[in-house]
Amino acid sequence: MRAGITELATRLRNREISAVELTKAYIDAIEKLNPTLNAYVHLTFDTAMKAARQADQMLKEGDAPLLCGIPMALKDNICTDGLTTTCCSKILQDFKPYYDATVWEKLKSQGAVLLGKTNMDEFAMGSTSETSCYGAPLNPRNTNYVTGGSSGGSAAVVGANLAAYSLGSDTGGSIRQPASFCGVVGLKPTYGAVSRYGLIAYGSSLDQIGPMTNSVKDAAIVFDAIKGGDKRDQTSVEYEYGSSLAECMDRDIKGMRIGVAEEFFSGINPEIKSKIEEAIKLFERNGAVIENISLPALKLALPVYYIIACAEASSNLGRYDGIRYGYRTSSYTSIEDMIVKTRSEGFGDEVKRRIMLGTYVLSSGYYDAYYKKACLIREEINREFYTVFEKCDVLIAPTAPNTAFPLNCKGASPVEMYLSDICTVPVNIAGVPAISVPCGEDAKGLPVGMQIIGRRFGEATILQAAHFYEQSAGKVIGTYEGGVGI
Amino acid sequence: MNYEIVCGIETHIELATKTKIFCGCTTEFGGEPNTHCCPVCTGQPGALPILNQKVVEYAIKAGLALNCKINTKSHMDRKNYVYPDLPKAYQISQYDEPLCEKGYIELDSGKRIGITRIHIEEDAGKLIHENGETYIDYNRGGVPLIEIVSEPDISSDEEAREYAEKLQLIMRYIGISDCKMQEGSMRCDVNLSLRKPGDSRFGVRTEIKNINSLSFIQKAIIAEVERQTDILDGGGTIVQQTMRYDEGTNSVSPMRDKENSDDYRYFPDPDILRFSIDDEKVEEIRSSLPELPFDKLKRYVNVLGLPEATAKQIFRYRKVAEFFEGALAEGASVKNTANLIVGTIFSTMETEEEKELFAIRISAAQFAVLVKLADEKKINIGVAQSTLQKMLESGKSVEEFIKPEDLVGISDEVLESLCKEAIDANPKALADVRSGKDKAINTMFGYIMKKTGGKADIRKAEDLLRKLIGQ
Ligand SMILES: [Zn+2]
Repeated sequence: MRAGITELATRLRNREISAVELTKAYIDAIEKLNPTLNAYVHLTFDTAMKAARQADQMLKEGDAPLLCGIPMALKDNICTDGLTTTCCSKILQDFKPYYDATVWEKLKSQGAVLLGKTNMDEFAMGSTSETSCYGAPLNPRNTNYVTGGSSGGSAAVVGANLAAYSLGSDTGGSIRQPASFCGVVGLKPTYGAVSRYGLIAYGSSLDQIGPMTNSVKDAAIVFDAIKGGDKRDQTSVEYEYGSSLAECMDRDIKGMRIGVAEEFFSGINPEIKSKIEEAIKLFERNGAVIENISLPALKLALPVYYIIACAEASSNLGRYDGIRYGYRTSSYTSIEDMIVKTRSEGFGDEVKRRIMLGTYVLSSGYYDAYYKKACLIREEINREFYTVFEKCDVLIAPTAPNTAFPLNCKGASPVEMYLSDICTVPVNIAGVPAISVPCGEDAKGLPVGMQIIGRRFGEATILQAAHFYEQSAGKVIGTYEGGVGI
Repeated sequence: MNYEIVCGIETHIELATKTKIFCGCTTEFGGEPNTHCCPVCTGQPGALPILNQKVVEYAIKAGLALNCKINTKSHMDRKNYVYPDLPKAYQISQYDEPLCEKGYIELDSGKRIGITRIHIEEDAGKLIHENGETYIDYNRGGVPLIEIVSEPDISSDEEAREYAEKLQLIMRYIGISDCKMQEGSMRCDVNLSLRKPGDSRFGVRTEIKNINSLSFIQKAIIAEVERQTDILDGGGTIVQQTMRYDEGTNSVSPMRDKENSDDYRYFPDPDILRFSIDDEKVEEIRSSLPELPFDKLKRYVNVLGLPEATAKQIFRYRKVAEFFEGALAEGASVKNTANLIVGTIFSTMETEEEKELFAIRISAAQFAVLVKLADEKKINIGVAQSTLQKMLESGKSVEEFIKPEDLVGISDEVLESLCKEAIDANPKALADVRSGKDKAINTMFGYIMKKTGGKADIRKAEDLLRKLIGQ
């Protein structure tokens, strides 16, 4: 049995437990389980204990924010002042930024307790977290399986109850897909709803930070705490969501128009397909209106995604040259030689593959055929989403075509791995929000994820739909034995 | 064989904003290495750029002053290349949608040199080579620049110099840059090719990089034209390459780099939103522009009636022009004001920079009080000059140096008798003047000035003397 954020907050306020005791309990669980799960790659217990003591002080003084004293985790691509942040890449080994990401600054000011940084695919490139230079994290539901990626560690620490919540980042499904593989909730907010300042960039026009939690309500609480415009990120927006998101979730879904697009269901594992269809029926029985819709440009989403994400990544990752920070090769004869060797030794294969792909599609002579065309199709996908959301409030789709893969099975075939993002990437291309909620298990007992997609800044609606489902479908989470027993 | 010169100039100008183009760091020159830096301008992982609106405004100012069309919808691009002083491995610049396009600069001959485009971009850092090691200073990284690209309309070294000189003057005037070439806040790259007269095709061009003085532009072009002419006359072909001009040897030589083969892989910077400027804003900037220098020059000559040589000395320094016009606004006469500035104030300033700075201790209003005394003939011009000298040294007003009794002029009768005295007292000078040694008349002026304590009207005295001498 595990407690949600609201429950922990209540216990802290009722002095049933102190933030120090709560933090200690998580630390004990991490020390016991993390050597197996490999979900955390940097532990920050000293600063956690210090933060917990401060949180207790804030709680004693009264009027502490909801998240005060609650232990959590950050994906290792979110910058933390003075604390190691490596994107799980050798090239950033021992890198300690001297600035905080805006999301962490916000949470820290609310008294959040950071337990550590979580494992991930190197530079967030991958769908299994196996490209991490620290080795793959294991799926807490079955350690023979991957966690998904790239925010695999963030999904695993929540799934294993080694943090009350975590933050991940989602460029093409990196929050939602591992959430579905590990049986937790993952929210990718609208592009621009959460500041990207301090998020080490992969694909800048697609990246978005979001919460990974045990429940939809927790996702709403954390999103509430990290959202908002930021003067340090021009692409961020101060959107007025009205009343607190966590509060508007209990509204009835009667009359909610739910779009179902056949394109999201082709090539999906039949077990998963039937689970999602069951869920749609549940919505229908409770008064939602189901609309069959079509998004024909969706079939182009995957190539468009890989062209745009890799193009941006090739540019974003040019700065890792061994000159200012991170890894530097041990012997070299010139600056050029140093840069070449540093990058050859510092980056893993998947990162190199995407840098090369991105460099290629941006090269003169190929730019028009690839990058420019991809941008045009991106606009077409945006238009289709826009049209669909004129008649639908949300779309329902699978989060991933499969449940978690066995470890070490996708390394040989990158294309097969890329295909596992097929349901999630269109959402990033269009910049709309989507949430993955647990939707039962397959025959092997591995979690299935359902994706609920909304219009831009439609977080309140998708949270409402997801919360309804979570409440109505019965408990499908929390089957993992272990972690903090609080 | 004679060839026709086809030349275009790309000019980088550092904008005089207080903060950098994408962050709040200071743009102040110098400072300990890497002290004017933050995560944004050093391209730290996770840091994001915020476009400084002042930079956009300054670039629009430049565009309007150079008769450009302003693109009200624009965006920033990434220009990807690897160099240690470029911390992100890309420079944020503008590629296919520059802020300003299609302007011109008019030369004195009336010929117009087209401006292809003006775009904004960030500067890189600086490499420092010391004791066999290389260090990097990122203080300059992220300093805002505009690049002004001319059409290949320039056909001589003189035109090139005039173009650059006028560009510099206009940019200084509108206050967006100090354009100090020796400090690098204005740098020129010259593109040059030769072709046979009447040939419509362009020849192969070379680019001479980073020229840092107006006279070197001219010298570099002359040297490069000579070099290319020799090659062409000898039946050779020009290789497209980047050249460097060496001031010491006054020659151009190829630079060691691979720049011509680089593929910058430009694409729109996803971290900076497309931006649009409304027409109102453009009009607001237009109305904030001062009178442009060459309009001012024309007005000084045609409306104020200043001799062209004097007008040219005053108009080219914005602060001097302001001081000049300030005194006129107080009612001082054009002629005396101009002459006192050019004759007396400029004699205290040796360099162009001093005139540009024009750091003097008196105000235009204080100055006008003095000029008006001369205008009204209450003091003669010599007294005005020496008083001005004292005012400049002390920063004190006219009243400190001119006593009320000084302001009573010498009457015509007294002056006439003094002139007679002067002639009588200097027979040798009289003989000299009569024999054609006109300068000898100064001896007589000296006599009169001594007698009057410098208060006599020297012009009036000259007229009288000549009348009395009979010349
Ligand atoms: Zn800075």
